[in-house]
Amino acid sequence: MKNTSEFLPRSVVRSGGARRSAASVVSREAWALRLPLLPAFVYVFLVTQIPFVLTVYYSFFSWNLLKEGSFQFAGLDNYATLLTNESIRTAVLNTVILTLFVIAISVVIGLAVAMLLNSEIFGKGLMRTLMIAPFLIMPTAGALIWKDTLLNPLFGLLPYLLTPLGLSRVDWVNQFPMATVVAVEVWRWTPFMMLIILAGLQSQNPEILEAARVDGANALQSFRRITLPLVRPFIELGALLGSLFVVQTYDSIFMLTYGGPGEDTTNIPFLLYLVAFQGYSIGQASAIGVVAVIITIIVATFALRTLFSIFQVEARR
Amino acid sequence: MTDGKLRLPDRGVATSRPVVVGILGLFIAVVGAACSPGAGGGGGGGGTTTITVAAVDNPQMADLKKLVPEFQSSHSNIRVNIVTLPEDQLRVQVTQDVAAKSGRYDLFTIGQYEAELWAKKGWIENLSPFIAKDSSYDPNDLIPGVRTALSYQGNLYAVPFYGESSMLMYRKDMLAAKNVSMPDHPTWDQVAAAARAVNSSSVNGICLRGLPGWGEQLGPLDTVVNTFGGRWFDQNWNAQLNSPQWHDAVTFYVNLLKTAGEPGAANAGFTECLNAYNSGKVAMWYDATVGASNFTGDAAKNSGYAYAPTKIKDWSGWLWAWSLGMPSSSKKKDTAWAFADWATSKDYIKLVGTKLGWAHVPPGTRTSTYALAEYQQAAAGFAQVTVDSMAHADVTHATVDPVPYVGIQYVLIDEFQQLGDQVSQEIAKAIVGGQTVDQALQKAQAFAVAVGKKYQS
Repeated sequence: MKNTSEFLPRSVVRSGGARRSAASVVSREAWALRLPLLPAFVYVFLVTQIPFVLTVYYSFFSWNLLKEGSFQFAGLDNYATLLTNESIRTAVLNTVILTLFVIAISVVIGLAVAMLLNSEIFGKGLMRTLMIAPFLIMPTAGALIWKDTLLNPLFGLLPYLLTPLGLSRVDWVNQFPMATVVAVEVWRWTPFMMLIILAGLQSQNPEILEAARVDGANALQSFRRITLPLVRPFIELGALLGSLFVVQTYDSIFMLTYGGPGEDTTNIPFLLYLVAFQGYSIGQASAIGVVAVIITIIVATFALRTLFSIFQVEARR
Repeated sequence: MTDGKLRLPDRGVATSRPVVVGILGLFIAVVGAACSPGAGGGGGGGGTTTITVAAVDNPQMADLKKLVPEFQSSHSNIRVNIVTLPEDQLRVQVTQDVAAKSGRYDLFTIGQYEAELWAKKGWIENLSPFIAKDSSYDPNDLIPGVRTALSYQGNLYAVPFYGESSMLMYRKDMLAAKNVSMPDHPTWDQVAAAARAVNSSSVNGICLRGLPGWGEQLGPLDTVVNTFGGRWFDQNWNAQLNSPQWHDAVTFYVNLLKTAGEPGAANAGFTECLNAYNSGKVAMWYDATVGASNFTGDAAKNSGYAYAPTKIKDWSGWLWAWSLGMPSSSKKKDTAWAFADWATSKDYIKLVGTKLGWAHVPPGTRTSTYALAEYQQAAAGFAQVTVDSMAHADVTHATVDPVPYVGIQYVLIDEFQQLGDQVSQEIAKAIVGGQTVDQALQKAQAFAVAVGKKYQS
C-alpha cells in the first residue's frame, strides 16, 4: 500500500484548501455506499468476533468443564504450557509436515493435470468434471470410503489389487498413517490446484507459444521459460490458499486415524479437539485456538498479498 | 501506466483494507467455530410432554427404540425422542450437556464411571426418591454388584438398562478340529496356546480390541493388566505403567495380536470383532458378555463360553452397566422418570421377550431375569457365565495389590477419559509396530504421572 497516493487524483493530494470539502463529499458518498452493507457487516462482526474475543478471554483461565470451581484466572499459564508440552510440539510438527507434503504434491499433480486439460484432447469437458469430483465429495464421506472400501486390510480394494505383489495384508492406515492422510488430502486438494492453475493457463496467449516454436524452442523450453513464469502467481495463490485450509485439516484425520496411532497424525486442530472434548480443558484449548489463529493470520496475509498482486497484474495488462 | 487515473478516487485506499479485515474475520470465524460448542434445541408443546433421551448405539438400545410406541400407547401424554449416538460421541455430547447444565437431554445412558463422578458433583439426580414412589419397581431385584456400582452414598443415581462382564467366546468346532480343548476357567497361557494352534491363513486365532479409546481397547487390555498384577497407580498415586507387570501384560497382549490376532487389530473394536467372529474369521473372542446375544448362524450354534482368562488374579472379568441417568438440569423430571421406570422394569424385560424374542432381553440387570424359564433356554450357554462373572467383579479390588481408585477396566477419576485415550493410542502404535512396548509404556507413564500429581497433594 506504499503507492496509494498514485491512485488518488492529483487535486486531492496537492491543493490543501479544496481538500476538506472534497474529502467530506467523498466520505458522504462512501457512507451512502457502505450503509446497505452495514447490517451484514454487523452480523459478521458479531458472529466472528464475539467467539474470538471469548476464546482469548478463556485462554487466560484454568477452566476445566469437569472440575467445579476451576474457572480461575491463570494468567499466561496456558500459553506457558504450550511451550513446554511435548504433545503440542508433535502437533505443530505434524501440521507442518502434512501441509508441506499435501501442498507440494497436489501442486505438482494439479499442474500436470491442468496442462493436460489445457491441450486439445478428446472428452476434455467430461475429464474436467471428473477431475473436480474429489473436491466436491464431503470430506468425512471421502475419508470413510478411503478407509473402509479402499484401504481396509481384510476387504479393501487396494490390498486386493496388490495381492500379486505380496502386499495383500498391509494395514495402510495404521502402518503408514501420515502417508495415508497425505494421500487422501492430496486426492482432495489436487482438483483445487488444478482449477486455479488451469485458469492461469487459459489466460496464456497461444501466439507467444507459437512464436517460441517458430524460434526453435522445444516443448520443455517453452514450458520452463514461458508457461511456468506466467502461471507462477497462480501456483503461489493456490499453494497459499490451499495451505490455509490444509492447516485446518480435521475431518479426514478424525475419520481415518483419529490422530493416531500414538500421536503420529495429531495436528493442531485435532489436538485442539482432543484437549477441548476429551480433556474438557476449555482454557488450554482456547490458548491453542488463539495460537492457531495467529499462525493462520500470518499465512493468510501472504495469501492475500499474492492475491492482490495477481489482480494488479491483471488490471495493468 | 495510465490506469491510475481511471480508478475511482478512493478505490486504492477503501477496498483493500476492509477486504483484508473481512477475510481475516472469516478465517477467525472458522477457527473460532471449532472452539465453541454447538447450540441445541428443545421441543414439546400442546398437551403432551416430549422428553429427549440420549442413547448409546447398540442392539439393546435399538430394541428400546422399537418398543417406544408401546410406552407411548400406555402414556398418551408423553412423547419420547431417542437420539442414538456412537459410544465416543455420546460421551462427548452428554458430558458437555451435563457440565454446561444446558438441559438438552432429560435422560441419557451412562455407565457407572459417569454415575459416581457426576453424582458427587450433583450433576445427576438422585433416583431413590423416584424409585420409592413406585412399589412395583423392586430395586432389591437389581443385581447387587450393579446396584452398588451405580449408587453414591447409598442412593441410586442411575438405573441399569443392561449389564455386562467379560468372557471368552470360542468356536467349539474350530477348536475341536485342532484337538484343542478349552477349560471353563482358562489361563491366558492356555488361551494363547489355543489361539496359536488354530491360527491359519483363513482363520485367525483370537480377536482382541486394539482400537484406541478407553472404552474400546482398554476394556479387555485393562483386565489383562489386572490379572497380571499391574495397576495404574499405587496407594500414593504414583503411576505404575513402567512396572514389570504392565510390561509383561502389554507385551503378552501385543504379541498375541501379532502372532494369532485379527489383521488390522489397531482398528478393531467391539463391532469389528463381533463381525469377524460372526463371519467365522476368528476362532476365539475375548470381550463383553453381551457379545453372545448378537451371534448369528454358525457362531450362535457352535459357540462355547469360558470365564475371563486369568494369570495371577482370579476372576478378571470387568463390570459395566449401561444405565439411565437423569441430569439435574432436566425440567421434566417426573415425565423422564416415568420412561426410565418403564424401560428398566421387570415388565420391560418380559415385553422384549414376547415382542422381539428372548435372546434380545437386555441381560445383567435383574436377578429375576435369570429365573425366567424362556430366558434360561435362549441364553443357555452364557447366562450362567454372565451372572457369575458379574457377581465376582469387584470394582474396589481390581488387581492383586491395593489401589487408591475404583474401577476394573477404568480408573474412576475425571482425567481418565483423556488419560485412557492417550495411553491406548500409544499401545495401538505398538500393536502396528510403530514403536516397542517399552517406548509406548514410557510415554504412557509420563501421561499417568501428570495425572497422578493432581491427586498427591
